[in-house]
Amino acid sequence: MRAITARRRSVMRPIIGAVAAFSILGLAACAPGGAAPEENEATEVSTELTDEEVVLTIADETGFPVTDELAAEFTRQHPNVTFEVTRDTFQNLTANAPRLLAGANPPDLIRLPTIGDTVNDGLLANLDPYYEAYGWDAWPASQLAPLRMNDEGVRGSGSLYQLGLGYSITGIFMNLEIADRLGIDAPPSTIAELEEMMETAKAAGELPIMAGDSDGVVNFVVQAAMNQYVDTEEFMSWMFNEPGATYNNPGNVQGAELIRSWADAGYFPSDINAIDYFAFVTRFSEGEGLFTFNGNWAAAGYEEALGDNVSFFLVPPVNEGDDHVAMGAANSFSVAAGSDNLNEIVYFLNWIHTDPTARQIIVDVTGASPGGDPSLPLPDVEPGSLIEAALEMSAQIGAENGQVDFMANTTAGIYAGSIIPESQLLVTSQITGQEFVERVQAFYESEVNG
Amino acid sequence: MTTSIAPRRAAAVAAARRAAFSGWLLILPAGAVYAGFVVWPLLQGVQYSFYDWNGIGASTWVGLDNYATVFTNPDLLGAIGNAFLLIAFFTIIPVSTGLVLATLIRSLKDGFFTRSAQTILFLPQIIPLAAAGIAWSWMYALTGAVNQILGWLGLEFITRPWLADYGTALPAVGLIGSWVLTGLCTVLLLTGISKIDRSLYEAIRLDGAGWWREFFTITVRGLRQEIAVLVTLTVIAALSTFDIIYTSTQGGPGRATLVPGLLIFRIGFTQSDVGLASAFGIVMMVLVLAVVLPIQRLSRAND
Repeated sequence: MRAITARRRSVMRPIIGAVAAFSILGLAACAPGGAAPEENEATEVSTELTDEEVVLTIADETGFPVTDELAAEFTRQHPNVTFEVTRDTFQNLTANAPRLLAGANPPDLIRLPTIGDTVNDGLLANLDPYYEAYGWDAWPASQLAPLRMNDEGVRGSGSLYQLGLGYSITGIFMNLEIADRLGIDAPPSTIAELEEMMETAKAAGELPIMAGDSDGVVNFVVQAAMNQYVDTEEFMSWMFNEPGATYNNPGNVQGAELIRSWADAGYFPSDINAIDYFAFVTRFSEGEGLFTFNGNWAAAGYEEALGDNVSFFLVPPVNEGDDHVAMGAANSFSVAAGSDNLNEIVYFLNWIHTDPTARQIIVDVTGASPGGDPSLPLPDVEPGSLIEAALEMSAQIGAENGQVDFMANTTAGIYAGSIIPESQLLVTSQITGQEFVERVQAFYESEVNG
Repeated sequence: MTTSIAPRRAAAVAAARRAAFSGWLLILPAGAVYAGFVVWPLLQGVQYSFYDWNGIGASTWVGLDNYATVFTNPDLLGAIGNAFLLIAFFTIIPVSTGLVLATLIRSLKDGFFTRSAQTILFLPQIIPLAAAGIAWSWMYALTGAVNQILGWLGLEFITRPWLADYGTALPAVGLIGSWVLTGLCTVLLLTGISKIDRSLYEAIRLDGAGWWREFFTITVRGLRQEIAVLVTLTVIAALSTFDIIYTSTQGGPGRATLVPGLLIFRIGFTQSDVGLASAFGIVMMVLVLAVVLPIQRLSRAND
């Protein structure tokens, strides 16, 4: 036995040595990754739709049916253009997006919540030539700003790399049945009034705010509070990763401390860290909680569940009569730099913003504002419905120039890596508002500089 | 004489060479697959760990910086600590429960009851861990089955959202692992017990030994090999756990249940920091080997 083992070893050794040597040589020969792919310059910008047969591919998240309906309507109007829509969960799609875009056959259009490194790596088509050609300068600049990125990787300015299939708006939903019982007959007009109402609810044994944080959704509340105290420009410059921008400023701290005081007062559910998005929506729909912080996308569901007993309004400012600030963002989609059908897919994007039927589909399916030229007529909505309220809120925020991005979009890793775990600690009174802000900023610096 | 032996010896050597050659030829397909899908990615992982790379664009050589981050970042170190705590739930509880259950089942007469007990105990093993994580997160909820049962028992005062409580989240997640792995341990240990010579049990009973004496002297000693295998498997499961945490707590509340598997996934695919994720993965591989190899050596030394 020993002899055979020894001989085997003597055979194995040179082979292992050779494999190792080859591998090390092979690996050392070149660093991982490649240079940025060349931009697709062969395509000549055209705003005329081709009459050839074209198949456009879209990579979208599951549970976002609006792309299917838009695609079907577009094919009805232009039968030579058909679509292939592939879907994956939001999390998987976000994680795989850079690899999908870098592949040999990238989707023409892809749902992409954060631009991140994709522009730097040359994966996204620059839409500037189409911006000129289609005259998108008539669209609200504040809506498009978060979809731009400059050469330094800072969002907010520079070239246009995304467009929205609907532009969302967030606010507060109020259960009117509970409000009626508590003697509350109008939405709060200041933060102080909001707090008074929550105190009344708590005293009467009602849950003041239905929120969940097992997956971070309480940050609708956290950021809504911050929005009322921060300098919006400063906050946005941080979300857009401008060099030197910081999260650690007095407004953010004040907002976070307010959340800590709400946690101390017991305004959130006691099992908040076990409640995810689905659970907090369901529980508010079943009548638990006076307020809930959510966006227009939830309006149709709440209305179906609670009927007339629910209202939707903007988060009030600190001082009565001040301008409102609210999170809102494009349901952002990007065109792959490697798309073979640049003109066609951008024609589709422009059509979504301008065609009356397409705009109606956006509103009916997502409850979001269709965006585009503000002078275009708004789609029909049921009078008095929450969707109508949402569209009015969008218009008001546009007029007051108070739209801010979601802080979850600041960097690719900040939401899961820092904002969620730290907010779980904040809303259960484990850390102060100051600590929350400092920790998130520390993570931000490690991700942006690291 | 020598002339007649020499060719024969030469022929024997040639035959042995041919055998060795065809042996190598036979393992070539499997070897190529192993090299292509295990060895090569592993070497690539080692290479990536020395770079700052987002997985797509250009990369920068950073030397040992990524390893320095793994050993200095409190979040990453905390996750490694949590993984080691999980060994108690993934290894110690299932293996010791398995030993007791296997002994009890062996002492019963073989029949419908023992066979159905084996099947029921093994059932959790066939459920995907991801599904187990989801199902248990419902049971652990404030209004879930666990708290309802505690309520019937008059224990309302300890009911809580088990996965959202900083003190109970990690043990609660660990117990999901115990639940899954106990069946595997019991079934494997039962097979081992059946191989122990019956006469040993008779002998020790004639010597007047009780249940405990019999358990430690005969059963546990006879099952050394199986126990070593189970400890190895379950320690690896504890240190590389991902699916249960991913579907139940996502590492929360705060970072109470954060484990290396989840962090590596996030750093690599959400933050697109492939270099740091690779370095963390390599460190975890070395840690797993450092824990598992001594167990292997121990079980061999005992033979």
